[in-house]
Amino acid sequence: MADRISLQVARYRPERDAEPTTQSYEIPLRKDWAVLDGLNYIKDELDGTLSYRWSCRMGICGSCGMTVNGEPKLTCATFLTDYAPGPVRVEPLRNFPVVRDLVVDIDDFMEKLSVVQPWIIRHDEEPPDGEYLQTPAELADYKQYSMCINCMLCYSACPIYGLNEHFLGPAAIALAQRYNLDSRDEGAADRMEALASQTGVWDCTYVGECSVACPKGVDPAGAIQRYKLTAATATLKSFLLPRGGR
Amino acid sequence: MSSSHDVLIVGGGGAGLRAAIAVVEANPALNVAIVSKVYPMRSHTVSAEGGAAAVIRAEDSIDEHAYDTISGGDWLCDQDAVEAFVNEAPEEMLRLEHWGCPWSREPDGHIAVRPFGGMKRVRTWFAADKTGFHLLHTLFQTSLKYQEIARYDEWFVTKLLVDDGRVRGVVAIELRSGRIETITAKAVILCTGGCGRVFPFTTNAAIKTGDGMALAYRAGAPLKDMEFVQYHPTGLPFTGILITEAARAEGGWLLNKDGYRYLQDYDLGTPQPGPVLRSMELGPRDRLSQAFVKEMEKGRTIDTPYGAVVNLDLRHLGAKLINTKLPMVRELCLDYENIDPIKEMIPVRPVVHYMMGGVSTDIHGATPLEGLYAAGEVACVSINGANRLGSNSLPELLVFGARAGHAAAEFVAEHVQGRHSGSTALAQGEDEQRRLERDVLGREGGGERIATIRTEMQTAMEQGAGIYRTEEEMAKCADKLRELQERLPSASIDDHSKTFNTELVAALELGLMLDVAETIVQSAQRREESRGAHQRIDFPDRDDERFLAHSLVHRNADGSSRVEYPPVTITRWPPGERVYGR
Amino acid sequence: MSAPTQLPRADRPVRAYRRRMPLLWWLGRRSYLLFVAREVSSIFVAWFVVYLLLLVWAVSRGEAAYRRFLDWSANPFVIALNVVALLFVLLHAVTWFNLAPAAMAVKVRGRRVPPLLIAAAHFGAWAVVSAAVAWIVLG
Repeated sequence: MADRISLQVARYRPERDAEPTTQSYEIPLRKDWAVLDGLNYIKDELDGTLSYRWSCRMGICGSCGMTVNGEPKLTCATFLTDYAPGPVRVEPLRNFPVVRDLVVDIDDFMEKLSVVQPWIIRHDEEPPDGEYLQTPAELADYKQYSMCINCMLCYSACPIYGLNEHFLGPAAIALAQRYNLDSRDEGAADRMEALASQTGVWDCTYVGECSVACPKGVDPAGAIQRYKLTAATATLKSFLLPRGGR
Repeated sequence: MSSSHDVLIVGGGGAGLRAAIAVVEANPALNVAIVSKVYPMRSHTVSAEGGAAAVIRAEDSIDEHAYDTISGGDWLCDQDAVEAFVNEAPEEMLRLEHWGCPWSREPDGHIAVRPFGGMKRVRTWFAADKTGFHLLHTLFQTSLKYQEIARYDEWFVTKLLVDDGRVRGVVAIELRSGRIETITAKAVILCTGGCGRVFPFTTNAAIKTGDGMALAYRAGAPLKDMEFVQYHPTGLPFTGILITEAARAEGGWLLNKDGYRYLQDYDLGTPQPGPVLRSMELGPRDRLSQAFVKEMEKGRTIDTPYGAVVNLDLRHLGAKLINTKLPMVRELCLDYENIDPIKEMIPVRPVVHYMMGGVSTDIHGATPLEGLYAAGEVACVSINGANRLGSNSLPELLVFGARAGHAAAEFVAEHVQGRHSGSTALAQGEDEQRRLERDVLGREGGGERIATIRTEMQTAMEQGAGIYRTEEEMAKCADKLRELQERLPSASIDDHSKTFNTELVAALELGLMLDVAETIVQSAQRREESRGAHQRIDFPDRDDERFLAHSLVHRNADGSSRVEYPPVTITRWPPGERVYGR
Repeated sequence: MSAPTQLPRADRPVRAYRRRMPLLWWLGRRSYLLFVAREVSSIFVAWFVVYLLLLVWAVSRGEAAYRRFLDWSANPFVIALNVVALLFVLLHAVTWFNLAPAAMAVKVRGRRVPPLLIAAAHFGAWAVVSAAVAWIVLG
């Protein structure tokens, strides 16, 4: 195995660049180095002007998502040796505006988080003295959708979001489902307007790439399709039984 | 340009979010904002794994949780604070449950608890092995419900503004645009976490650079018990990634190079096949880390390219248990060390994990500096004393985040009239802005690299302020830190952009870290005893006569420090011997 | 409740760069190509429906009309079209059945039915219906 590898990193400095360019760096190739370790080497030793986000280095904070050789990846969980002999192309996450180098603007996602009302909605006055009881089976019903680390690899993989930034998007809808399916929550009706809207689940055409990209196995595509069934059933019910059951 | 709030919270992790909600619920008319250098869901709370302790079982009691905490802290805990903490922890955790936190459950639907290091009773709540992740996301998502909470995401605070003996606000840089603003506030709550990045091997994320501790110290608030640095006994080599204590709580064994459960040689009990509370692998973290060092000196650890390690053996637990109770442990080992714990042993070593010390506060989260509060790892109340028990820090965020929020809200309500909002604060803010632009951004390239200074600091700290300390090594470390302080101002900054300049942030963080590192070493040098996580080869015993007291370090006007020793508050538990395994 | 005096967010910073999605974005990945083919297959499903309606209409107008319809169907262009359509409709059915389990979280006795089983049930039903139709038409 060679002991060096080349990283081709996207650069963008808005004060002087009209559009992104590529800069090449040669770095050591170590067996246990992730792409992120490569970027840190560049910043520490070669070029302090490279900007990117990172924090936990263990795939739980969601900061370090970037496009590596065309795929959305967490750079802390992607090994350089998987790309040997290289070169490795590192670019910012697709489908987001680029602020600087490898840093993208995620404000659109932050706004969408609030839209789906991601909190427990209850209609009772006071919570009980103890805990709401929830069996392990009830926990399992929504657990998968609660694992989202907000890394946005799914938005980067979704061509619908790329074409239409109004689409609510995989992570936001999966998060809504996390609450809809939580046995303690009573807010499914409150979330329906946003979810069943034109820019909600119905914008999704089940490309399925979001679930492929997700590093945490959340399966947002599944969450969205399930909601389509839920929403369609609800509409049908309200049509057939206008005064009937909920 | 500037803006103003009633309460400004620096840091958007567990403590900061809880404090913000507490302020709003105490007084919805108050204008509260959170300023954080990262988006809140990136805060380091997210990586906590094992669990959060609170008394919930009938066979458990508040007093026992208190005793475990106090003895675990080697009697350096303020017992009134501990009593408040253990009393309020259950209701805070229940509140999290009502807010949707997916605590793991018993078959009957009640919240499940697991054993944890140093705890005599089973009282650690958990959400699989991603407790911190679920706690943080629950808090963050719940905080979105409160429209009254404003947020400054990715703004880096560089200075606390003080006028007339009172905190008036902060100066912060918006990372995205580079603009520097003064944000005034009637009260400021620091929730910025610890400073593990001062050391070379740490479980801490890149962002844990002790910002709030240094900001408070520079502003005149004292830091307390800084010498008490907790090493977690089981971190992965190279990355320092944490392998949760829960792996030991479920029954994992620590083996030296001969496959021997070496902890039995260090007065931690006798080996049983299953886990036994407060014994062997479930002893407290400081004792386990110290045992590692002793094994290393005896040549019984295993050498790797990344230093000495021992083995954590989970194989006998079986695939089913590992996949249900410890899925993240397996994930981490597979993704970062290419090891499958079902079939192989995990190489581990002690890594810096937590700061018991921090900004000195009372039991309401108030610092001696008027208008300044602190909560979470950045603060030292102290409930953790000389050594923190695992699963106490998450409830600490909630209990003291809420307390600080309430206290700050009350303070603001009481100080509505009078005192001008500090016009000198704005002038100070402008000075700071000029300083940043001139001294930092205006610097030329071509000098020493920031990374060089940072690495030298970390190496010096590991050598001088590690698990075992001597006067000689500490003195060398102190000298080195002074030298690095002198070299820092001329380190080169190549990035002169205003847009998302992370090199500027790195330089500022390094300055903050050097200040914090100095307080750690100063405090360590002066404490001539061994207690909890502070172990001195030249003073190997605990000395309650001289040192049943906190180290309170103040910054003098000339930049030097002085250390005072306020006594520890003892209520019902007189100092005893810390006994494990018997 | 006082309105928070918060600094307005900096305007979208000095030219954040927005990359345009290329017109032929769907050629970039195999999965995108498959997705587009799957979507396009709906057109051919529609064609088959139209074809079926034309057949029924021809039958309803008597033997002569039916014969003319059969002759027209034997036209090589129509045959080619129908072969292509058949392939796309098969793609449509297979992808539909494979994706259906994602929308259907079915629980039996507290445990989720594995997606493979749900897909298998779809294929099974398809096989049964096809057999029945074949028996009616050919038997």
